[in-house]
Amino acid sequence: MARAIMRPMAGQGMSRENRAAAEALIKPNARLTSFERLEIYNRQYWFRVLDCLYDDFPGVRALLGGRRFQRLATAYLARHPSTSFTLRNLGRHLPKFMQAENCPVVAVQMARLEWAHIEAFDNASRPTLTAEDLAGRAPGQIRLRLQPYITLLRLDYPLDSYLIALRGLDRFRGEASNAVEDSTGTRRQRHPARPPREPIWLAAHRHRNVVHYKRLSRAQFKVLTMLASGKSLGAALGGAGAKAPVQEWFQDWAALGWFSLR
Amino acid sequence: MPANPFNGFQDLGVGIGLRIPHYRHILERRPVVDWFEIISENFMVDGGRPLEILDQILEQYRVIQHGVSMYFGSTDPLDRARLKKLKALVRRTRTPWLSDHLCWGSVDGRYTHDLLPMPYTFAAARVAARKIREARDYLETPIAVENVSSYAEFHASEMTEWEFLTEVVEQADCGILLDVNNIYVSSFNHDFDPAAYVDFIPAERVAQIHIAGHSRYEKYILDTHDHPVIPPVWKLYARALARTGRAATLLEWDAHIPSFDEVHHEARKANKFLDALTARA
Repeated sequence: MARAIMRPMAGQGMSRENRAAAEALIKPNARLTSFERLEIYNRQYWFRVLDCLYDDFPGVRALLGGRRFQRLATAYLARHPSTSFTLRNLGRHLPKFMQAENCPVVAVQMARLEWAHIEAFDNASRPTLTAEDLAGRAPGQIRLRLQPYITLLRLDYPLDSYLIALRGLDRFRGEASNAVEDSTGTRRQRHPARPPREPIWLAAHRHRNVVHYKRLSRAQFKVLTMLASGKSLGAALGGAGAKAPVQEWFQDWAALGWFSLR
Repeated sequence: MPANPFNGFQDLGVGIGLRIPHYRHILERRPVVDWFEIISENFMVDGGRPLEILDQILEQYRVIQHGVSMYFGSTDPLDRARLKKLKALVRRTRTPWLSDHLCWGSVDGRYTHDLLPMPYTFAAARVAARKIREARDYLETPIAVENVSSYAEFHASEMTEWEFLTEVVEQADCGILLDVNNIYVSSFNHDFDPAAYVDFIPAERVAQIHIAGHSRYEKYILDTHDHPVIPPVWKLYARALARTGRAATLLEWDAHIPSFDEVHHEARKANKFLDALTARA
């Protein structure tokens, strides 16, 4: 039955296999056949999971267009059905799936940014680094860890501005108890103009529990990437270049609470 | 029986579901509400704003947890990592009991995120009862299971839904979250008498009651939680209360959610029925 429910809706209805499954398992009543009763669950399943991806990836949807996004989402969900108790994780594999499916680079990168947004929203935070943590330690011995809610992104397009224009950054997911949607809803909105190619470096993070996208310079991105990969503070600073105002950078990042000790 | 072992001996009155569109109103205006029901999964996160909001709510209100993904009816074993997160949330909210649905929804680790009806067999009842006991022992909190609304019945069923619910809760020695709207919805979809359901179940195990609205189509009713409660469901609620006594009551409104005041007003209609019971007593 689960297989029949999770099989994509085809055209006007479900497949022959689903008809056979329905008749074998489900009683008809005076108003509905076995197949029609199963179809209610099939429809609700697809409305629910597609709706979730619509909500979580509005940027990808805007870039690809509604129909193409629906085809992509259906194929993705057929390959990657939910394996988590929460719908929050439903889109976890979407960026890699899109890359494997040769989707346009701009859309793949948007999927990465939108997944980073979800991670920034409710990933854990660790105790932040204090001055005492660093006292008396040489930079070559200090290994810092970025907060789990931070994702560093190098993008070929200024997708942060695009996404901010597309939607507000303040959002929540809510799952409801025993309630079903009676349609996926038709959302029509005017999209911002597709951004021109222009490389940017970005940290998706949260501050005071609000998600932000912070632009970084190429050198800042390099330092943070080195720290995130486990390099020592000394090695990371060495990679920034002699003239880089690294003290200023670190003051800024530490004030945002980005670091904890490994 | 205003309070019993299945609801932590609490007589809570009338609550409403804590929903995102109402956060601002609740936190700014602090309306008087007997209690809020939260969907556990929305707060089983590792950090960020959901937990900040929850902590602010907990400063002011009693919160009861209600889950949508335990799937006592699935043959998959209980997910220990998920239970651990749930237990952390139980400690945070100090919920006197928690509820989830008597249904299945996952197979081999794949989740439908739906509340699917079970075949009403003795074997299925044993599986569900064992999992409820396991969850309760791990969480160290009373559990109440909710009857779901459904659109399908199975050839394999060996008993009625109300006999099945009774079989499960007695084997598990757990409570019932009696959803009278779900009974009404299923009674239409499966052509049974909803009063027979309410009259049969072990009333002494009812920890909580759910009321809600739904959407009626030509051939079936869909449980959409997007309308006020209709008179036949209020009638069923009164019938249930006549058996259970005062029971903690919760209005669910999950789609096309109106203003906080409108939802609260609809919920408080339940007080008329609860007060009538008190007056009779």
